[in-house]
Amino acid sequence: MSPVIELDARRLLCPMPVIRLQDCVEKQDRGVKVRITCTDPGTMNDIPTWCRINGHRVLATEQLEHEYIFLVQKDPDGT
Amino acid sequence: MTRKAVALISGGLDSLLAAKLIQQQGIEVEGINFFTGFCVEGHTHAIRKHDRDRVKRNNALWVAEQLGIKLHIIDIVDEYKDVVINPKHGYGANLNPCLDCKIFMVHKAQEWLKQHDFDFIITGEVIGQRPKSQRKKLMPVVADESGADDLLLRPLCAKSLPATLPENEGWVDREKLKDFSGRSRKPQMALAAEFGFEDYAQPAGGCCFLTDQSYSVKLQDLWDNRGNREYELDDIMLLKVGRHIRPSKAFKLIIGREEGENQYLSGYKRQFQTISTVSHAGPLALVEGEPLDPQQLELACAITARYSKGRDADSVEVRFSDREQGSRSIHVKPLAAAQLNPDWVIV
Repeated sequence: MSPVIELDARRLLCPMPVIRLQDCVEKQDRGVKVRITCTDPGTMNDIPTWCRINGHRVLATEQLEHEYIFLVQKDPDGT
Repeated sequence: MTRKAVALISGGLDSLLAAKLIQQQGIEVEGINFFTGFCVEGHTHAIRKHDRDRVKRNNALWVAEQLGIKLHIIDIVDEYKDVVINPKHGYGANLNPCLDCKIFMVHKAQEWLKQHDFDFIITGEVIGQRPKSQRKKLMPVVADESGADDLLLRPLCAKSLPATLPENEGWVDREKLKDFSGRSRKPQMALAAEFGFEDYAQPAGGCCFLTDQSYSVKLQDLWDNRGNREYELDDIMLLKVGRHIRPSKAFKLIIGREEGENQYLSGYKRQFQTISTVSHAGPLALVEGEPLDPQQLELACAITARYSKGRDADSVEVRFSDREQGSRSIHVKPLAAAQLNPDWVIV
C-alpha cells in the first residue's frame, strides 16, 4: 500500500491551500492519497468542492480548534 | 469532433454566463482561474472573526460546480509582479492595471490552451462594462497583445465584434451569442434567470484589491518607503489586514483590529518585531522596518496601547518581542487621541 502524502497548508489563505493540493495531486498516480492540513476555515468549502468538480474524493475530514485536515484520494473512479 | 474551450473564470456572473453559452453549443469547456495575490476572494472573510459566519466559498470553484466543469487554479503571483509594477497601458483610478492584467491573463490562457490541446479561449468581457479595460476599441488590443488573436471569443458581446475563428469555422453559432454592452447588468441578470441561476457572486468588478483606493494607498506607501516597487506575497497579504500606521519613514505598525486579525498576524511573529498588550486586552502589532531606537519603541508601544482596553489608563504593560533579542515587558502611557497624527494613518 502506498504511503499517504502529507501536505502542510497552515497559514495559507484560500485559494493557496487548493493550489497546493492541486499541484501535488496532478503529479500523482490515480488512487494516491494526500492528507492536507489547513488553518483557513474557507478550506472546509473549497477543498471538497475542488475534489467534487475534478473527480477526486475526500475520504475523511477532521476539524480541530484551529486546523482543518482532509484526506483526499486522487480520481478513485477513473473519471 | 468535440471542440474544447478554456474559459477564464473569475467567479462572477459574466464568466459564468459566457461559459454556459458556449457549453450549450456542445463545446467541452474547462475553467481556468488565476491567483495574483490581490484577489479579494475569501481572504478577509477568512481572517476577520466577525466575518466567519458568512458563507466562505471560492466563487470560481462555485461557478465551476454550477457549470459542471473542471477548474484549474493557477498561481501567477511571481509573474504578475511585472504587470503591477510596469503596466504598459498604465493604471486605472487606483493601482489597478486592468488592461495589462487582461492581456496577461489571456496570454497565460493561450499558453495553457497550447499545452492542453484546447481550441479557443472564452472570457466574460462585455463592451463598455469597465471604463479601462472593456472599451470597444480596446477589445482588439487584448486579442493582439496577448497573442490570442482570433482564438479569443467573448460570447456575451461577440455579435458586436468581428467574427473569431470558432465562429468562422462553425464550431459555434454566432447567432446564438449575445451583443451585450454598457454598464447595465439587466441583460446578464435576465440571461441568468433564463439559465436558472439564482445565486451568483458580486457584480462585475470588485474582485481585485488593486481597484480599492485604501489598499492602493497602502501599496504605494510600501513602495515609497522601500525605495523600490518590489513586493513579496506576504507584503501584499499584510496590506489586507489591520490598521497601518507609519509614524516615521523608519517603521510602520500593522495593528490587528480584532481577534481574527490578531490570530492571523501572530503567524508572522518570527518575521517581525511585535508588540502585544499584557495588562489589558488589546491588539497584536507587527513592526515593519528597521530595529527601533528607544524613542521609536516607546512611541510604537504607546500607539499599540491606544488600541487596547487600557487606552484611558495611566499605564499599560506591553510585551515587545524582537526575533534576535527576545522579549521584554514595557510600561507605557497610551497615546492620546490628539497625539495621533492623522497623517500617520495610512488609508
